[in-house]
Amino acid sequence: MNKTLAHIKSGQQVIVQGITDSTLKPKLMEMGLVNGKAITVLFKAPFGDPIAIDVQGYILSLRLDEAKLILVDTIHSSEEYT
Amino acid sequence: MKIALLGNPNTGKSSVFNMLTGLRQHVGNFPGVTVDKKFGNITIGGEDHSIIDFPGTYSIYPRSKDEQVVYDVLSNPNHIDFPDLAIVVADASNLERNLFLFTQIYDLNIPTILVLNMSDLALKNGKKIDLEKLAEHFPGTKIIETTARIGIGKDRLLKEMQFNVTIEEKHTFLTNHKLCELDDQIGQEQEANDRFALIRKVIASVEEQVEKSSNFQTNKLDKILVHPIFGYLIFASILMIIFQFIFSFAAIPMDFIDGSFSDFSSWLSQTLPVGLFSDLISQGIVPGIGGVVIFIPQIALLFFFISILEETGYLARVVFIMDRLMRPIGLNGKSVVPLLSSAACAIPGVMATRTISDWKERTITILVAPLMSCSARIPVYTLLIALVIPNEKVLGILNLQGLVLFGLYSLGLVAALLIAALLKLLIRSKEKGFLLLELPSYKSPRWGNVGITVLEKVRVFVLDAGKIILAISIVLWAMATFGPSDRMEQAATKARETAHELNLSEEESDSFVSSAKLENSYIGILGKGIEPVIQPLGYDWKIGISLITSFAAREVFVGSLATIYAVQGDNDNNKRLIDRMRDQKRSDGTPVYTLASGASLMIFYVFAMQCMATLAVVKRETKSWKWPLIQIAFMGVLAYLGSWITFTLLS
Repeated sequence: MNKTLAHIKSGQQVIVQGITDSTLKPKLMEMGLVNGKAITVLFKAPFGDPIAIDVQGYILSLRLDEAKLILVDTIHSSEEYT
Repeated sequence: MKIALLGNPNTGKSSVFNMLTGLRQHVGNFPGVTVDKKFGNITIGGEDHSIIDFPGTYSIYPRSKDEQVVYDVLSNPNHIDFPDLAIVVADASNLERNLFLFTQIYDLNIPTILVLNMSDLALKNGKKIDLEKLAEHFPGTKIIETTARIGIGKDRLLKEMQFNVTIEEKHTFLTNHKLCELDDQIGQEQEANDRFALIRKVIASVEEQVEKSSNFQTNKLDKILVHPIFGYLIFASILMIIFQFIFSFAAIPMDFIDGSFSDFSSWLSQTLPVGLFSDLISQGIVPGIGGVVIFIPQIALLFFFISILEETGYLARVVFIMDRLMRPIGLNGKSVVPLLSSAACAIPGVMATRTISDWKERTITILVAPLMSCSARIPVYTLLIALVIPNEKVLGILNLQGLVLFGLYSLGLVAALLIAALLKLLIRSKEKGFLLLELPSYKSPRWGNVGITVLEKVRVFVLDAGKIILAISIVLWAMATFGPSDRMEQAATKARETAHELNLSEEESDSFVSSAKLENSYIGILGKGIEPVIQPLGYDWKIGISLITSFAAREVFVGSLATIYAVQGDNDNNKRLIDRMRDQKRSDGTPVYTLASGASLMIFYVFAMQCMATLAVVKRETKSWKWPLIQIAFMGVLAYLGSWITFTLLS
């Protein structure tokens, strides 16, 4: 599954699978976007960019450019971390 | 004892800081870096301690220039600000992400107190934290629950600060942990993985899910506030209301300040013994201080509103809906508020760019902010419009004068956006702009925080920018007061004789004399000196003098012209001044003020950086003279070219 967060529709929950190597990678991880984290796309700004996601505990907004770096899996897993 | 206050953004860290220090806060500099250091004093059990409020960060490893200072200080035990005790504020409703920074600091082996703030909110969200169990994971650390926004937990925190100063045995959260080097990206990523894995285990053992007592309304409100239509409508309405308030309410204290200072200086000049020193006080220093104080109402009101918007969490939504629109021109969603504030006054506008973390986007915002037409341009615009634009109706309903005024405002806005787009291409930056912004949950504003923010902004302006404004005022005063040898005296004597011959009244003759003196002062000579340069724009040396003096502040232009044309006591909408200006003739008999030269002047005031106060603030915010000088240069070029084109086309 090579989906990135930029492709996910509002309301959908996904699991973080990894982050593309980039200077932003450690920052994104420190914001809580580590492998296995369940996140939900909450809503998008007008024009579809930036987007707001629920990182379980807080809402993070990020541009599509940043969302493209985040690889996600749409399969709902029973082992997902809550 | 040195205490460091650390934590993620939006955890109520500043509430904790305000709760501990109250008004005993100061702003200074960290040595060697361009970041403001907020610190305060606190007395516990008769002992004084200093407490530094570090910038909010998500990690000890910096991702922006502001955050760098946290790493610099904490990684270096010899640093002058290295703390004896770290207080880490964490948002209890979002423990996982907050514990990340906390465990990093814990692993540095600095004595640490963990403050779990907003635990009431956590409980509402269905999260109950077992403090005792949490403490077991972090031997040596005291954990305290607070609700700092309403001041709960202060006494317990103070008590713990008294005892928690020694660390008995070395214990780290991550085994064999070493602080990574700044450029060790792989190591930092590994650390993030390891830490979060461990933190998850801790949380699983300390956090208990309870029933949510309220489904917070953040989601419902967001449906409306970031809506493609209502979102913008609501933002526009809020702005309108704020501007209405600033324009109608700031005018009252500003008029009062203006009146008091000019009364005070005329009282001084009558009371003090005649002499240079008295003149310096009554005409240089007192008006100079007045020129600083006059801006306080606007700054205070604007930051009052901005900090309410920030406190409630709404400002983050504004950034969210505006970001996409601002990005193509090198700006950021966070540039919106500073730019709009600049339509009232560029000073608080530039000061409000502090929230933009990306250096390039912040610099561009600062550079273009003064192009927005501020309220100080209004007196200049209205005078010139009344002078050269006929009071006619266009298309039956629109007033031509109003239309021109609107055009000048629009021109400023368009110029700001275009220049931003240009600067985006010109300014090089290694950092790639990004937006990773937390949208905090909606809360009611904490009035104490609002008040402290307003006070701090006013204090910074008065102390830092005020010095420069006062200095330039004194220089301008000196240039208008002195002339080479006794040239001014001779001119004054001659003018007095002429006035006598013409049988002028005492008041008229006084203004006639001051006009002659000004003409022969250094500033007058300078005005004449720049005449060849400004002639292509349609100006003569008298306008030249006014351009120079109005560098103090744009509205001074009107007063300067009144002095030069010897018009006194003109309260009737500048009617006498306008009549006098209409009578002005060039040496060839053509009028000085035509549509061409008037319009050229208006364009000049749209673009030119005619405001030393803004210059001083830009210097303060960018912490170097480089940017204000670049700004004054490009705005000057823009003003000159714009006026020249206007004058050439219209004449």
